Amino acid sequence: MDKEKKTNEWKRHGIQALWALLTNSYFMGFVHGKIYKGKLKNLCVPGLNCYSCPGAVGACPIGALQAVIGSWNFKFAFYVAGFLMFTGALIGRFVCGFLCPFGLVQDLLHKIPFPKKIKTFWGDKALRKLKYVILAVFVILLPMFLVDVLGQGAPYFCKLICPAGTLEGGIPLVLLNQSMRSAIGWLYAWKNVLLAVTIFLSVVIYRPFCKYICPLGAIYSVFNPISVFRYRVDQEKCIGCGVCADVCKMQADPVKNANDLECIRCGACKKACPVHAIESCGLRKWRR
Amino acid sequence: MSRFFRAPRTGVIAAVLGLLLMAFGIYRGEMSVVLEKAINICMECIGIG
Repeated sequence: MDKEKKTNEWKRHGIQALWALLTNSYFMGFVHGKIYKGKLKNLCVPGLNCYSCPGAVGACPIGALQAVIGSWNFKFAFYVAGFLMFTGALIGRFVCGFLCPFGLVQDLLHKIPFPKKIKTFWGDKALRKLKYVILAVFVILLPMFLVDVLGQGAPYFCKLICPAGTLEGGIPLVLLNQSMRSAIGWLYAWKNVLLAVTIFLSVVIYRPFCKYICPLGAIYSVFNPISVFRYRVDQEKCIGCGVCADVCKMQADPVKNANDLECIRCGACKKACPVHAIESCGLRKWRR
Repeated sequence: MSRFFRAPRTGVIAAVLGLLLMAFGIYRGEMSVVLEKAINICMECIGIG
């Protein structure tokens, strides 16, 4: 059973890796220390993927959201908000489980052995709300209102918090580019400290960035209860053994709420259910 | 009401609304702001700016 579970998780990691590779397939960027400048960057990718990553071929939706909100001529980002709404309404936090490169990084880091892994702690539930505050303050309000003389707001989440930007863009570009190396200062140091903390915490706690910080996860979570792709528990089959809640690394309980805001649709509960009471439904199954 | 919110119909409506918002954003020219930001190295994002 254990072996089967592990095999299945690696299958998901395979999909995550494939997606990460596909959306970061400008390999010349890693050779020359430059970024892709083609038209594909008009389009957002669904996961948190810094557009300053040398390999990135699409735009990060959180970066794009701040860029439009913070621009002098647009104060609301209909294009990016619409994209997030469309994606969220179709698949919800499936994006977090399968289509986010930074989610994959955290998944892999959590596989590193550590004497005492922390599943939950006092204040865990309250701390999960922090990502909504970060979304409101750093992604929307600050870029909208804290503007320069030209009326432009900086991408404050990217600038002050996002460790994905440091990992995917900052470190490779600074390593590969002499002019970047000469420009680093206290902000670069701060962001590297945040990245180091995130990496350490990811070993101890499962996906700490997704649980407590990620504004993209916060947006998609709102769509989890209404998304077309969702989980359903067959109450007639369910024997109430609690295995599903026990295996959930995001601490959701599918029996209480199969489409919990924290559920990243990783499928661990489905695989663990001894009576196959949990199923995923798309449009076709709902029509039946 | 809660039954309505559990129905996939809400998801489909939200997805269509999302498409309409995207179309309006593209019509307003927001895509060029996204492109301009994405094709230039974002100094803030990488911790330099």
